[in-house]
Amino acid sequence: MAEAMSQNRKVGFSLARHSTGIVASVLFLAPIVWTVLSTFKPAQEARQPPLPPWPTTGFSIENYQTLNSFGDGLWASAQNSIYVSVMTVLLSVLVSVLAGYGFSRFRFPFRDFFFILILSTIMIPFQSILTPIFLVLTKLGLHNTLTGLVCVYVTLQLPFSIFMMRNAFDAVPREIEEAARMDGANNVTMLVKVMLPLVWPGVVTIALFAFLGAWNEFLAALVLMTDQSKFTLPVMMTALQSGRFGAIDWGAVQAGVTVMMVPCLILFLALQRFYIRGLMAGAVK
Amino acid sequence: MTAITAASAPARSRAGVSRRQWVGLLYVLPAVALVTVFFVIPLGMTAWMSLHNWPLMGEHAFIGLDNYFAILRDTRFWNALKFTFYYTVIVTIAIFAVAFPLAIFIEKPRPLTNLYRTAFFMPAVVGFASASLLWSWLLNVDSGLFSPAAYDLGLTEKKVNLLATFQPAFWSIIAMVVWKVAGFTMIILMTGLQSIPQDLQEAAVIDGAGPFARFRAITLPLMRRTLALALILSVAGSILAFDQFYIILRGGPRNQTLTAVYWIFNQSFVSFKLGYGAALSMVLLVILVALSLIQLWLLRKPEGLD
Repeated sequence: MAEAMSQNRKVGFSLARHSTGIVASVLFLAPIVWTVLSTFKPAQEARQPPLPPWPTTGFSIENYQTLNSFGDGLWASAQNSIYVSVMTVLLSVLVSVLAGYGFSRFRFPFRDFFFILILSTIMIPFQSILTPIFLVLTKLGLHNTLTGLVCVYVTLQLPFSIFMMRNAFDAVPREIEEAARMDGANNVTMLVKVMLPLVWPGVVTIALFAFLGAWNEFLAALVLMTDQSKFTLPVMMTALQSGRFGAIDWGAVQAGVTVMMVPCLILFLALQRFYIRGLMAGAVK
Repeated sequence: MTAITAASAPARSRAGVSRRQWVGLLYVLPAVALVTVFFVIPLGMTAWMSLHNWPLMGEHAFIGLDNYFAILRDTRFWNALKFTFYYTVIVTIAIFAVAFPLAIFIEKPRPLTNLYRTAFFMPAVVGFASASLLWSWLLNVDSGLFSPAAYDLGLTEKKVNLLATFQPAFWSIIAMVVWKVAGFTMIILMTGLQSIPQDLQEAAVIDGAGPFARFRAITLPLMRRTLALALILSVAGSILAFDQFYIILRGGPRNQTLTAVYWIFNQSFVSFKLGYGAALSMVLLVILVALSLIQLWLLRKPEGLD
């Protein structure tokens, strides 16, 4: 009798838990799913309220096609976004792996000073130094160039990614290096052939954060990219949503938002482990 | 490090060892150069520019602290700052009210927990700009979701424009930010919950402590550092809020939702008063650095048992 009651309570608890979980999951996922489904409506239907969210008058990719007709087109902005994000990933990985190795394995003058200098930039909001960054880029001839934007994004990634990489290198036992050095490996071979495979998870983590950071950044891109042919997706889509290209085409806005969201969602789902790792590293510092 | 190197290569001279150490400087040089050019120099320039009348074109002139005196009289900036703090308090409370129960919900490994956790976290990887564009559509009075749905269900007599007046517009932004950020805060709080030793909870159960008493006496004190971290991240992020207010509301209705960063953006890049914008930035910077110092103090290593 008592056992049956506790069994009932267990089932009841499980039922309550899963219904809460499902309702909450639906609430969090609904806006994303709603948008993605709505993008496949014909343009005419996409102007109406999305009730129901799925296309009712036929499946269409019209919204994605019209997107390319605004200004320099969505594809141009998407290419800018891809270029900026990929370059940010490559450069920030290169710079942070080198710096992480340097800070972890060498004792040189001002080492601690430089490390603290880089880390402390996280305390300063970059929003407050955008004007001078604009002037510095102009001085360097990088004004209104994607390369200039990449430099800014890489710099913003550095405190987190150098902190991550230094910890990753610190965790590699020194005996491994000693053995490789005995075998005659120089510094560079050591780093590439011996150390890099051991700190690979850290590299994936900082690459993921660099990509998401660059892909999603809005304010710096809005301020620094003044020429429409240099707009990244968030800036381009905001221009479209503000009615800069005539009446607002909500179907096109949804399509653009989908193009902006999907790479982030796929990368996160594929590399979730590394993402959470990065969060933890930030959380326990 | 030095000892190991010396032991393994006894033949190498001391000068050789230190020369090898100097190579480290080459490794960190690119990082130091980037941070210097794109962070340290701009930071110094912000301070320098704040003492000048600095238009986009033409000569700039040194005017001492005049920009700072002008800030004192700039009621619109103080209103923006006031609104920013108001938003920060409300949104932080709202985020914690959602994220804490979710963190408790997903803390223990049970069937499907990972799936729920991933679902709650999904909006957090979407950018603020994408999320704002998405919600600006959902909130649109004609083509959006909320007003037409409420009208169709007979909840309202006509389609209500949620973005036309302050209260519904403000709470719409709060809802959007909670949707986007709660999953992130949840994960941070979860790490704190998981670090609490299980036997401590069990001992308290044996001693007859109820769930509420256990939460107050064990969970909260042991989570001090995690709570402080989640709190500071939320507060710092909210003080710097810009994307959602720019994209969804354009600072409206009637400029009531201009945040501090938004006002600085307007002064610097719409009115092109670069010197004045720099002075405003210095104010923002001082606030954020003060916040970071509080963070360092709250996150200090606990003394004794904690």
